Amino acid sequence: MCSTVADKVYTIVDRFRDTPGSLIPILHAIQEEYGYLSRDVQAMVASELGISPAKVHGVVSFYSFFTEQAKGEHEIGVCMGTACYVRGAADVLEAFQNQLHIRAGETTSDQRFTIGMTRCIGACGLAPVVTINDDVYGRLAPDRVPELIEKYRRQ
Amino acid sequence: MYRAHVLVCAGAGCVSSRSRDVRDELVKILGERDISEEVRVIETGCIGTCDLGPVMIVYPEGVFYQKLGLGDVAQIVDEHLIRGRVVERLLYRAPLTEIVTEKMRDLEFFRRQYRIALRNTGVIDPESIEEYIARDGYMALGTVLDGMTPDQVIQEITASGLRGRGGGGFPTGRKWDFAAQAPVGQKYVVCNADEGDPGAFMDRSIIEGDPHSIIEAMAIAGYAIGADQGYVYVRAEYPLAVERFQLALQQAREYGFLGSAILGTDFHFDLDVRVGAGAFVCGEETALLNSIEGNRGEPRPRPPFPAVAGLWGRPTIINNVETYANVPPIIQHGAKWFSKIGTEASRGTKVFAMAGNINNTGLVEVPMGTTLRELIYDIGGGIPGNKRFKAAQTGGPSGGCLTEDHLDTPMDYDTLLELGSMMGSGGLIVMDEDTCMVDIARFFLDFTRDESCGKCNPCRIGTTRMLSILERLVSGEGQQGDIEELEDLAVFIQETSLCGLGQSAPNPVLSTLKNFRSEYEAHIRERRCPAGHCRALISYTIVAETCIGCGICARHCPSNAIVGERRNPYSIVTELCTKCGVCLQECPVQAIQKR
Ligand SMILES: Cc1cc2nc3c(=O)[nH]c(=O)nc-3n(C[C@H](O)[C@H](O)[C@H](O)COP(=O)(O)O)c2cc1C
Ligand code: FES
Repeated sequence: MCSTVADKVYTIVDRFRDTPGSLIPILHAIQEEYGYLSRDVQAMVASELGISPAKVHGVVSFYSFFTEQAKGEHEIGVCMGTACYVRGAADVLEAFQNQLHIRAGETTSDQRFTIGMTRCIGACGLAPVVTINDDVYGRLAPDRVPELIEKYRRQ
Repeated sequence: MYRAHVLVCAGAGCVSSRSRDVRDELVKILGERDISEEVRVIETGCIGTCDLGPVMIVYPEGVFYQKLGLGDVAQIVDEHLIRGRVVERLLYRAPLTEIVTEKMRDLEFFRRQYRIALRNTGVIDPESIEEYIARDGYMALGTVLDGMTPDQVIQEITASGLRGRGGGGFPTGRKWDFAAQAPVGQKYVVCNADEGDPGAFMDRSIIEGDPHSIIEAMAIAGYAIGADQGYVYVRAEYPLAVERFQLALQQAREYGFLGSAILGTDFHFDLDVRVGAGAFVCGEETALLNSIEGNRGEPRPRPPFPAVAGLWGRPTIINNVETYANVPPIIQHGAKWFSKIGTEASRGTKVFAMAGNINNTGLVEVPMGTTLRELIYDIGGGIPGNKRFKAAQTGGPSGGCLTEDHLDTPMDYDTLLELGSMMGSGGLIVMDEDTCMVDIARFFLDFTRDESCGKCNPCRIGTTRMLSILERLVSGEGQQGDIEELEDLAVFIQETSLCGLGQSAPNPVLSTLKNFRSEYEAHIRERRCPAGHCRALISYTIVAETCIGCGICARHCPSNAIVGERRNPYSIVTELCTKCGVCLQECPVQAIQKR
């Protein structure tokens, strides 16, 4: 593990050391920085906090927000909450999958796009809703998907 | 002094409709016209009319502009703000009657509301503590610290009849009393902002739109039970809520509403935010406590209840965001005032998040006991596209559905339970005639199966088995006896699961079976989906006599499954057809048939 990563992890752990129940805030902060939580990073956190790696891994695997794999450059999240489902989210998901030739949960081979299914993001009034990175798109009809992907491909 | 105030909604719905760009454009144009000093632009939390966004309200008149594009902003500035003429083109026009409404307060959507929990949401700038204070914010905390004993506070909350808005409807005063009775020592106050019901967004809107109301209420709760520390547990999907709340905490500390010696008394109280990490079960109170402690969010057996042994084993109260939002007004106006609103057993108001197949999607707060019909038709504006209302799901994945027969029943805790549904958090998903109830049941079971924490077998294995039966039904492979097996499994899971997630997971199946049994039977016996939704059970054909040979369907078909020559009838190659239904939408002469 390269030492700059280790230093960053130590800095983050130190920042939360006195916080009660610090493990989850630490994992959030590391994932925010690196996009995912590798096994190495998990082991470092465990030894820093003096808990077992199994405990850290148990927490990482329990929560769907934590991921052990690097994501693509653009992260597409198709909301699969009830409001979005009733308004046709499954068709929107299918359009993304067909367009990018990957399934939900996968990343394109050029590492540019990852498709994910999200839980309700609270924009139900404009269902179906899709997030791409930090942008939110409401009332997204499947036929707008190609143009949207093109927009991010060019970025 | 400003001569006009313009509120721009920055709720989640409006942001996804690009309200931020509209606000930036407004600020820019006000600058260009050199009237930035005269007109104040305020970004508010969710106003509630999500479907009409981006929206803008111009005060002092209270004119409501909707569905704004960037190009509309200059006209509002030049016509309304400079010449004082309302821009009629941008006002709300009712879909059926074409009646135009100018003022926000005259809109049917707002006229029927009674806003207590949402009193400030969409009205104030949530990033300004001064605006909260200007609307009597922190007065209730002052009243409490200035002369009420903890016991009197609890009595007032009990007398108001306030019940928990997060699901179960447990009397809030009683819960506080349990924790207050626990021996003196470290105690905690927790706010449940996990908002797990997919389709509900009131907690998000309150935290984003009026964060100080939650801080004030939690401080009051801390005083009442003798706690000096609180936690707000917010779901990870709500980053803006976390940001807003943290800012509000900082301001509250600066103003002396949090920290030590609050308002010059010897009461200490402080708050921290904890962010969830994507697990529905963490909305369950004991799982939530495990998660705050940094563990896997698995539920704990109850008893002991959190009021006795909660966070780190200490007495803890957990309430929902909306529950807390009701507390300051109750203290301020008195239990008597509050208990006059609503029904006998369900006092006060309830916020509903209306979504799905309904014209006015959004957030509304109405007295308890308001009927489903008033919500869907009078406030919600009915079903889009002149479709028929079929069902409304309340209580999310733990709840059930209400049908046409239930339109006139009052929405309160006990009536909903009697009907096999539940209030839940107030998510109200409206479904029209094209929705397949078997598939909706499959959707909810897929959700609960996925979210089952796996700790107890009935929930983990039982939901998996129910789901596989439902998947069979929607893919046209249902068998005789499937319905009965679903019913048996449902009872077994309800009776033997460890926590509320499992105990309530079968509800959507039982409730759709009760109300729409014939749809299940049609899937099994006739291999037919009456709503025309389940793809395995429908097919598309082109009626040659009606087809004019324009070729529009073939051009739009994403899987090139339509063949033919211009000016001759086209046809669909069944093997290639993915049944997406695009052709049906695009055909100008309705020559496509779905069966
Ligand atoms: C599976 C499950 C999920 C829950 N999710 C939530 C939730 O997201 N938000 C919430 O406030 N309560 C939720 N609850 C209810 C809480 O356990 C608890 O009753 C509630 O937070 C108490 O607050 P109240 O009395 O103010 O409603 C959930 C319960 C269960 C069983
Ligand atoms: S269900 Fe998709 S945003 Fe709520």
